Amino acid sequence: MAEPKIDLKNLKAGGFIKERGKDLFTVRLRVPGGRMSVDRLSKIAAVAQKYGKGYVHLSVRQSIELININFADFDAVVAELGEEQQKVASCGARVRVPTACGGCEYNPNGLVDTQKSALEVDQKLFGTATGHHKFKVGFAGCPFDCPKSATNDVGFQGAVWPKLDADGCISCGLCAKSCTEGALSMGADNKPVFDAAKCIYCGDCIKVCPTSAWSAEKKGYTVRIGGKWGRRPLIGTLFATFVPEERVVDFIACVLTWYQEKAEGAGRVRLGDIIIREGWQSLLERLRSEFPQYVVQETIAPHVIQNQVPLPGQQA
Amino acid sequence: MQTIDLRGVTCPTNFVMAKLELEDIEAGTTIEFLLDDGEPVKNVPRSLKDEGHKLLALQEKDEYYVLTLEKGED
Repeated sequence: MAEPKIDLKNLKAGGFIKERGKDLFTVRLRVPGGRMSVDRLSKIAAVAQKYGKGYVHLSVRQSIELININFADFDAVVAELGEEQQKVASCGARVRVPTACGGCEYNPNGLVDTQKSALEVDQKLFGTATGHHKFKVGFAGCPFDCPKSATNDVGFQGAVWPKLDADGCISCGLCAKSCTEGALSMGADNKPVFDAAKCIYCGDCIKVCPTSAWSAEKKGYTVRIGGKWGRRPLIGTLFATFVPEERVVDFIACVLTWYQEKAEGAGRVRLGDIIIREGWQSLLERLRSEFPQYVVQETIAPHVIQNQVPLPGQQA
Repeated sequence: MQTIDLRGVTCPTNFVMAKLELEDIEAGTTIEFLLDDGEPVKNVPRSLKDEGHKLLALQEKDEYYVLTLEKGED
């Protein structure tokens, strides 16, 4: 066989995606959490200008994709992107680049540092072969959930559990007014009364409190598992609460191991469908053995969105 | 005490107007802002607290709130 014109190692993770035209590929870049330095952005622009056809595509999972790249230029593209430590992403049956919202450093709504989590997962789990199908992870900093965490195989949503310092409370009633879930009301003593069963851990009470009488007693991620979009969407369901940021990678690794085992022989099937087939109890028990203090008592199977089907043609 | 009426002013204009008023007074001075119910009263006190001012009281009136605060150090 002739000496290959390009370094085939670059193709291993699969971020080079065949286009319609002869010799042309899309190069999907690895941008965990959608954040990059302006220097890196400038480098990407320069590479796109030099090797592409004058435009890039911002993917729905926060990547920049270089369009119309000739496969003969792969090595040069990789080398020049490498000058700003920009790497190529993946496709196929692997752990994908995690998505994340802006996080909590500058966004006043963010409860958890989602950017840090996305970087850590990217460093430790990116590209891991699942053996079955793609595996997506996403991080939302709060229950507003801009990243739609429950549509990921494993979706994380920032959460806080509030506690009140009654002496610091000035009885303004803003927390009760702001609580969209009805978990707070003003009591006879003109101090807030907390109904824990209704709380979704959004922290609006903490954010709105003018005197910081409300504060976070604990903080972490609400975890929903088994979501996906595509032809047959599933909404991931609740498996754990207040998973600490430093346990995120281990938690995902545990889910991944279960998926790799249980999907054996199933072919190209996503995690959510395996949970439906195996029963949620199996995954919940596995997670409970490693994360007993965070796993919920029980859950439900990933949720099929019934109103997506049947389409008119199927009724004929 | 100075009272600034921010009723009828939407976010974030109300917050920026409050900031501009606060630029003209000395640290330690107390000032009142009148804020509409809804988004203004949820957002403006929190944003002013983030900027280092001390919130002293928030009283509900008919359809609006009176926020009393002490200007913080720059």
